[in-house]
Amino acid sequence: MIRPMLGEAWLAMGANRLRTALTMLGMVIGVAAVVIMLAIGQGAQYAVQQTIATMGSNLYIVLSGSFTTSGVRSGAAGGPTLSVADAEAMAELDGVAHTAPVHFGTRQLVYGAQNWNASVIGTTPAYLDARAWTVARGGAFGDSDVRSATRVALLGQTTAQNLFGEEDPVGKTLRIQQSPFIVVGVLAPKGQNLDGRDQDDTVIVPLSTAQRQVFGTPFVGSVRMIMVQADSAEAMPRVADRVESLLRQRHRLREGQPNDFFMRNLSAAAESEAATTRTMSILLGAIASISLLVGGIGIMNIMLVSVTERTREIGIRMAIGARQKDILSQFLLESVMISFAGCLLGLLIGLAVALGINAITGMVIVISGSAALIAFGVAATVGIFFGWYPARKAARLDPIEALRYQ
Amino acid sequence: MASEVIRVCGLGKSYVTAAGPFAALREVNLRVEAGDYLAIMGPSGSGKSTFMNLLGCLDTPTVGDYILVGDNVAHLDPDALARLRNRVLGFVFQGFNLLPRMSLRDNVALPLVYAGVDQDERRQRALQLLDKVGLARFADSLPSRISGGQQQRVAIARALINRPQLILADEPTGNLDSQTSEEIMRLFGELNAEGITIVLVTHEADIAAHARRQVRFLDGHLISDQLTAARA
Repeated sequence: MIRPMLGEAWLAMGANRLRTALTMLGMVIGVAAVVIMLAIGQGAQYAVQQTIATMGSNLYIVLSGSFTTSGVRSGAAGGPTLSVADAEAMAELDGVAHTAPVHFGTRQLVYGAQNWNASVIGTTPAYLDARAWTVARGGAFGDSDVRSATRVALLGQTTAQNLFGEEDPVGKTLRIQQSPFIVVGVLAPKGQNLDGRDQDDTVIVPLSTAQRQVFGTPFVGSVRMIMVQADSAEAMPRVADRVESLLRQRHRLREGQPNDFFMRNLSAAAESEAATTRTMSILLGAIASISLLVGGIGIMNIMLVSVTERTREIGIRMAIGARQKDILSQFLLESVMISFAGCLLGLLIGLAVALGINAITGMVIVISGSAALIAFGVAATVGIFFGWYPARKAARLDPIEALRYQ
Repeated sequence: MASEVIRVCGLGKSYVTAAGPFAALREVNLRVEAGDYLAIMGPSGSGKSTFMNLLGCLDTPTVGDYILVGDNVAHLDPDALARLRNRVLGFVFQGFNLLPRMSLRDNVALPLVYAGVDQDERRQRALQLLDKVGLARFADSLPSRISGGQQQRVAIARALINRPQLILADEPTGNLDSQTSEEIMRLFGELNAEGITIVLVTHEADIAAHARRQVRFLDGHLISDQLTAARA
């Protein structure tokens, strides 16, 4: 039963190609918009997840505050207001998983005839835990290295590539600021951060070593930044409050006095970027639903015209034995087929546009089977929903009236 | 004794119009035996079309009984009526009523689609019947490619495809010239000779003369029922 009916629906669609194509247009645009929306929306989701995954999750960065000398304000992390002791005290707070004091700057690295300027990070082993950063080759340094200020270094992938090329850096000695450092390990690749900066273009050394041998800080024990990781996303606001009150207490700030530090939520930055993209997705979603609605009404309209035009045909079919449900399914099948054809076309156009967006703007897109599934579900629903009324009208025609219709 | 194909008892049909109820058909009684060849005649408005629609299971009567091959169809639901139209009856119309977008073979096979016959058998039986009416060579053509007389022969092939017991023909020669009409009537004669019961509506006496029996309607009443005097 279904096979000859498919053939007939195909014939009916082919009988008036331009009209069928125009009828499909609404569906095409609607489905294309759905596909693009999902590709971009899921892409944004994916990008944020990736960023958070490489950055480490549930992180706060506490930066040392600014100070003012002769009217010149130093800006964030300008003054030595944070200390290693602050970091250790924060680690004791409830809901805090890791804290890592960080001192950083860009320095020249030298190995043999090669030199390379990279970001030097002086910190404690907890830094790697907070950022979920693993060591690909060799090993990490431990707390004892921090205590005794040993000259060991962990290289990021980019730095390792640039200084050592194909050579295995582990066990080799490189120089930072004239001081020799032994490479104990190479870190796993992280990729770009939110600003597009290469996170692998770095070298990590023990905090104490960095302060003494690399940066030469006048205030030993002071750091420019402390990384704080909360146990969970839910614990973050609580941790923020506790860290703030702890630091105010430790820095002896009176009521009304401004903080001498800044707190930044790294995940929030990623989230806000995702929110922008999501707004775009919602906009596309609105376009999609409107054009699907209009497309569906278009299908209904054309099917009503088609039923009227083919009244006599319906009469003939009834006279030779078509039951009401045969007529109903014939017209329903036709509207569903128009809807599906439009959907298929929309799917292809949507994919092409999504890939185009990816190629031109570099925006991350994710194309998933669920997008196609959703699109086809929508097509079937629209076809059946808007085809039902015309099909029922056809099925309920009086055969005598229909046969007499000119 | 031949079995009964049609028995109509006290059949009536009335419509509600703006001017009040209107009786299109009143107290009609008729029996048609298997293998009979009946012509229904009468002027417009005499009720013969209404009667044909009732015989064709396209409509149900207001009062009375209609027994078609042993079943009282007077009170059947639309699906059951559709089934009878498909399996027991074959229609031939004045305007041929072929579907213009389908090949002749598909047109002839269409009733089998609704009977749930599979594709191979449909095609084979359609070809057989096109051959019977002498048009097998046009099997893949569209109806618009052949003449009116040929289209009517295709329509007859379609009416025959489900091996009906009764063929209802409503002015089958009304759109044809006299020579083609003769050919179509000859075909009906042959089918009747094979044992198929035929009921024909016409207002032309020479067409009605092909039938064995002639029935006349006037103002909703069946007024005469007689054997054809001299067959041509």
